[in-house]
Amino acid sequence: MLALREVSKSFGAVRALREVSLDLVPGEAHALAGENGAGKSTLVKILSGVHRPDRGTLLLDDRPIEFHGPADAQAAGVAVIYQEPTLFPDLSVTENIFMGRQPRRSFGRLDRRAMRTRAVELFSRLGVPLDPDQPTRGLSIADQQLVEIAKALSRDARVLVMDEPTAALSGNEVERLFGVAGSLREQGCAVLFVSHRLDEMFSLCQRVTTLRDGAWVATDVIADITPDDLVRRMVGRDLATLFPKTDTSPGEVALRVERLTREGVFTDVSFEVRSGEIVALAGLVGAGRSEVARAVFGIDRWDAGRVHVAGRPLRAGSPTAAMAAGVALVPEDRRQQGLVMDLSIERNIGLTGLRWGLVSRGAERARATDWAIRLQVKYAHLTDAVTVLSGGNQQKVVLAKWLAREPRVLIVDEPTRGIDVGTKAEVHRLLSELAGQGLAVLMISSELPEVLGMADRVLVMHEGRLVADIPRAEATEERVLAAATGRAA
Amino acid sequence: MRANRWETLVVALLAAVTLAATFGVDGFANGSNVGFLFLDVTEIALMALTMTLVIVAAEIDLSVASTLGLCCAVLGSLWNAGLPIEAIMPICLLTGALAGALNGVLVTRLGLPSLAVTIGTFALYRGLAYVILGDQAVADLPPAYTSLATQAIGPIPLATLLVAVLAIGAGIVLHRTGLGRAIVALGSNEEAAYFAGIRVKRIKFWLFVASGAMAGLASLVFTFRYASARADNGIGLELAVVAAVLLGGVSIFGGRGTLPGVIAAVLLLAVVRNALILADVANEVLNFVTGLLLVASVLAPNLKVRLERKPVP
Repeated sequence: MLALREVSKSFGAVRALREVSLDLVPGEAHALAGENGAGKSTLVKILSGVHRPDRGTLLLDDRPIEFHGPADAQAAGVAVIYQEPTLFPDLSVTENIFMGRQPRRSFGRLDRRAMRTRAVELFSRLGVPLDPDQPTRGLSIADQQLVEIAKALSRDARVLVMDEPTAALSGNEVERLFGVAGSLREQGCAVLFVSHRLDEMFSLCQRVTTLRDGAWVATDVIADITPDDLVRRMVGRDLATLFPKTDTSPGEVALRVERLTREGVFTDVSFEVRSGEIVALAGLVGAGRSEVARAVFGIDRWDAGRVHVAGRPLRAGSPTAAMAAGVALVPEDRRQQGLVMDLSIERNIGLTGLRWGLVSRGAERARATDWAIRLQVKYAHLTDAVTVLSGGNQQKVVLAKWLAREPRVLIVDEPTRGIDVGTKAEVHRLLSELAGQGLAVLMISSELPEVLGMADRVLVMHEGRLVADIPRAEATEERVLAAATGRAA
Repeated sequence: MRANRWETLVVALLAAVTLAATFGVDGFANGSNVGFLFLDVTEIALMALTMTLVIVAAEIDLSVASTLGLCCAVLGSLWNAGLPIEAIMPICLLTGALAGALNGVLVTRLGLPSLAVTIGTFALYRGLAYVILGDQAVADLPPAYTSLATQAIGPIPLATLLVAVLAIGAGIVLHRTGLGRAIVALGSNEEAAYFAGIRVKRIKFWLFVASGAMAGLASLVFTFRYASARADNGIGLELAVVAAVLLGGVSIFGGRGTLPGVIAAVLLLAVVRNALILADVANEVLNFVTGLLLVASVLAPNLKVRLERKPVP
């Protein structure tokens, strides 16, 4: 019905998809598997018309078709259900379903009765009781997703793409969603199901396509493979020799986190990072890794537990206190959290060294120059806005800004996301060097090769809990991924 | 420096308008008129200094003129009650600071947008001023102070010297201190500033306090200058203040702006108004011109950006 033929898509230097082909057929649920960053989201966005492929073609009923935007994809019968539905909270369920395509009576008046009747029909077809007059504000995420599905059906969608729809659902809600997806499949829809949860793929889908690093790996009939086969397809690759972590003998405990809990986000998380050690925090997106880092650094408060830095207790909820104790955080979102994009390189590096009173421009300049040179930032002028730098160089500026404080504990959240291979290796060498000089590094990373190559120990989080603490010698891709997907502790 | 081109333009415009007024408008270029010209914008200039800091921090304080009115009403009623003027003056400053603190609390603790908060307190403080003083005018103020407010050294009024000193102070804070760096950063990207350990809320709170206290100071100058404390003192001034700040090249979205630019803009507004008054132009036209400059100042940088930017698919 809908197919991709050798589709490629790049964002700057990052090749998100490389010649990926995929066939969706009526009456079949197709799973899309892959690690974080394997290209699943990009593929979904191409199907939904958000992105256009650089190369390759989309086929609809064997005829090439181009989507110039989400509207084109909808018109072609492709509907996407996201993890977080985007409804108008103050409008009723019915109004949301027919938004923009309301049935009309004479003089352009809305035909409310027809709308309501059709909404009731849709929900009975889905087999779920939902009040069509209720505003969507009070609905659970699961019910909102059903509204989205009803909306898709009202448009006669033939391809239903579900992008990690179950991440925020409870067990019962997942079952109900699968019931709906199953009956749609039987009615002749093609379903594409994107998820991290292997068990869900196995219970819902007939075939599975695995992506790795943006490339197609395999398309299998689910009945013919085991979950372990699938994990092997997702990770099986050669460990790059890019990561020169030298062995160091860990020193004193620099960061100790004891039973840290933030309600509904992470629970009972305890670990230590010694100086000279690089500890990786692995896990799936949404496992609560960044949230732990944010809490330790004081961006968010924690509800229970304690954090000690170099043996001294740290106050909750104050980045200023965390900085004074020698903690630095290189955040996940470089452009929004790491840098003030409109300010110059110099000012950004200076931001972590602000004091009351007059600023010495000479000292500000010296600090920026010193660290820009040490990290080999490629720039024209220190007074240039950081916007003009490449992603890799921007990340170096964020690192410079924090290293200039000479921290005791450095937390880096996805330090090499979206930067080119060369700079990536430089960042790895830098982290290794710093650890060699006695810095304690906590590295959050979704890239398994990076985790395995860099870390002295690998901590794994799953659904808000720390589920594994694996020493370097025993860390394998299979073991980390198994823990991250909750299949083994 | 790209950011300074707009300021250069304002200075050039100021020079051109001044030159034109000198030769084209009778009575513009004499000592007493120059003194009056400076004196006439004292309160606007004072409040524009703190407003610059507030807007660079990506907030706004529309309640400044109402705070000024409230402080005038407090001054008038305390004077009626027989307090010495030396005791009343610090109370006025404190009143302004408290009014600013309320704005600050509502914005930083409750997380409300400052535009909404200060539109509310804009009405609240002016209303309170009427409650305190009604529609009476307190005019029997001590001559020592009322004459001080209009005194001048040569053509330069004392009040203008006060503005100059505070302007230099505000300029140093914004452009040469850690606090100023922090204000620019949080105005440009509050989240990144917070992630860099800047105490975003605390700084914003104190900016609102400073803005209120400055309105209190402006209320003293206003009252003594006109020798009249009334609840409706300074009505509508907030628009002139915001106009001056935006005309001076401060971005309404925060994170960008210079104090010299704002000073040039205040002077430009002063010269234009003064020249139009001397040329016998009606008051309504005066407001129209002020509004025109305001709209132009907001539009021009946006137009510039739009013209420079290549179309994005």
